[in-house]
Amino acid sequence: MPQMNKIVVALAGNPNSGKTSIFNMLTGARQHVANYPGVTVEKKHGLCRHGEYEITVVDLPGTYSLTAYSTEELVARNFIIEDRPDVVVGVIDASNIERNLYLATQLIEMNAPLVLAFNMSDIAEQRGLRFDIEQLSTLLGAPIVQTVGSKAKGKTELLDAVVRTATQKKERHPFMVHYGDEIEEELEKIQRILNEKEPAPAQKYGARWLALKLIEQDTDLAEKVRSGEVVGAVKASIEHLRTIFKEEPEIIIADRRYGFISGACQETIRSTVESRHSASDVIDAVVINRILGLPIFLVLMYVVFFLTFKIGKYPMGWLELFFGWAGGAIAGFWPPGSESWVKSLLVDGVIGGVGGVIVFLPNILLLFCAIALLEDSGYMARAAFIMDRIMHRIGLHGKSFIPMLIGFGCSVPAIMATRILENRRNRLTTIMVIPLFSCGARLTIYMLIIPAFFSDRVLLNAGIFTIRMQALMLWLIYLIGIVLAVICAKVLRLTLFKGETTPFVMELPPYRMPTLKSILIHIWQRGWMYLRKAGTIILGISVILWVAMSYPKVPAASLAGLDRQQARQAQLRYSVVGRLGQAIEPVLKPIGFDWKIGTALIGATAAKEVFVSQLGIVYAVQSADEGSQHLREHLQADYTPLTGFCIMLFCLIASPCVATVAMTRQETNSWAWALFQYLALTVLAYLITFIVFQIGSLISG
Amino acid sequence: MDQTHIRPLSMVAAGETVKVVKIDAGRGLNSRLAAMGLVPNTQITVVSNGHPGPFVLSVKESKVMLGRGMAHKIMVS
Repeated sequence: MPQMNKIVVALAGNPNSGKTSIFNMLTGARQHVANYPGVTVEKKHGLCRHGEYEITVVDLPGTYSLTAYSTEELVARNFIIEDRPDVVVGVIDASNIERNLYLATQLIEMNAPLVLAFNMSDIAEQRGLRFDIEQLSTLLGAPIVQTVGSKAKGKTELLDAVVRTATQKKERHPFMVHYGDEIEEELEKIQRILNEKEPAPAQKYGARWLALKLIEQDTDLAEKVRSGEVVGAVKASIEHLRTIFKEEPEIIIADRRYGFISGACQETIRSTVESRHSASDVIDAVVINRILGLPIFLVLMYVVFFLTFKIGKYPMGWLELFFGWAGGAIAGFWPPGSESWVKSLLVDGVIGGVGGVIVFLPNILLLFCAIALLEDSGYMARAAFIMDRIMHRIGLHGKSFIPMLIGFGCSVPAIMATRILENRRNRLTTIMVIPLFSCGARLTIYMLIIPAFFSDRVLLNAGIFTIRMQALMLWLIYLIGIVLAVICAKVLRLTLFKGETTPFVMELPPYRMPTLKSILIHIWQRGWMYLRKAGTIILGISVILWVAMSYPKVPAASLAGLDRQQARQAQLRYSVVGRLGQAIEPVLKPIGFDWKIGTALIGATAAKEVFVSQLGIVYAVQSADEGSQHLREHLQADYTPLTGFCIMLFCLIASPCVATVAMTRQETNSWAWALFQYLALTVLAYLITFIVFQIGSLISG
Repeated sequence: MDQTHIRPLSMVAAGETVKVVKIDAGRGLNSRLAAMGLVPNTQITVVSNGHPGPFVLSVKESKVMLGRGMAHKIMVS
């Protein structure tokens, strides 16, 4: 009996069944995303009010089945049998009933208090499908509500059904799919022994269901039933069935489920339109075409990035202005010229550090928007298909390319995105190499260095396009990153993360029109996570860095006669960071760096953009950014193009920013991997830069 | 057409409709395929027989992509 006025509802369903849109329909923006403890499976729940009831909706991971073979399925299943929600809503794609009912059948067998939502009923109607809802409902033993999640249709009816089911004290007869005499006989045998020898689990899970799972060789439930007699009986039954059917009992059971479904559907569903080819097929003929597929994909990706950075530039500019203004406004609280550590902390530390990250938010949001569009429309599945050939050569899954793509914007959401990879080893490998896909922050470093050392001369003029030196250098750096990522991934897959590549089995959903609401909710969720995670860590580190840069304080006497910039330069040299930079200089010399670069690199630990501003301070240039000619002139004077190239190389590979490290730690659930990533990349950077610098020096005499 | 000739799915041309006879895969994979509709006696239609690369087939109203090697393991007739 649910507590007065509070109901817990779990949403289960296939991926692509529109479960998310039902979730959004019920909960609106009142959603929370977290992790199930111990595993990196998303836990989404939200609130909804209906009449006098407060309903907590838990969105279970989308699954095709409820076996013990994958973490998602186990998490979903355990929530239903252990946490015992008041109602389970099985979301069914009505235009694809037979396959979708496979999961529903399992829910029915689990004796979950069920309501079935026949979602996408508009598409089903278009396809000419007509349902005898009442009869089907009787056959399946659960109320059925027709919904169109993306258009919020059926919300009231669904909630009514949910409340009714939750509050009824209905005697629920354990529902039975008849598996044929042979299997039923064995089931009965095992049920008897279970009731005798393992009454507790039999009571908890239902003897019949438990017996069924044991015959299916469910590893998770087999753990809970250890008694020798049961194990022996199960083994005997399985052997017996194997002999009769010449097939694994598991498969026969699956087959019988479909038989049941097929029977129920034949009686209750009429198809009035024979549709052979749908619009999706037509589009696919072009999009996954062997010849056109890859080029179309590349063009689409280019457009995504182009738009993200082009459109993102405006809000970025506004945010930069805002933070500049905010810094000034806060500084204005103190009389001009006064030195207050609070002021410095706020202006330089907090606003400088955090502002630098938030400025990127527009880009991140746009990127998420693009990804959400691609995903919701169904294109991502096609893209994974197209990329799979290439990814497979590195030992990765086709879906791995999506996080890598996001990595070009920012590593933090990219690492988050690896959740779509089911295989842990694939996931870890992908997470490890994501920083090598130069993020937007590293771009600022390249944009500073390249014009400083490489002229913009035209290398090749071929009429339609020209190749300029600077563009070439930028392209080269990105390419090196990609090539290194590929090599590292391959190596990792051969050594640390050795193992079978997951067989590529993926549903190809029909193309759908994404709704504005779902995109907005998606962006909101991801953007908020980015802000929260990156923001808190970066705020912390910014403060620490600020302290390390401002203390110990340079004795006032030494500052006599210096202008503001020079004073800052002196302070930096005197501080912890400055001394550290000078201390590691001997280590940096073999790769062509000096203490000034060293100092900037240390600062870049917080966020890569800080490299540029740190370098600015070191050279006593006022408010340096990557467009600063002044700073470039200093660099040109002090270093050779070879060093310039080495700087970029090192920054490309080495030490991901703290936000990345933090996210790696979160997604891998271990500090060890995060540290490994950090150290391995830094060591790799050092080695490669060392080789390049030494050889380069030899060549240039 | 020879209906009783059993061959791997990889040898079926695009456009052909065949029936699943047996799947030669580990239990986890078998279960996954079953959950997506691929059990013995199910009718499937090959949408695209990618040489090389993923395979697209149509089963029970939905489309499924299979990676390299997978199509070899599914026996049909």
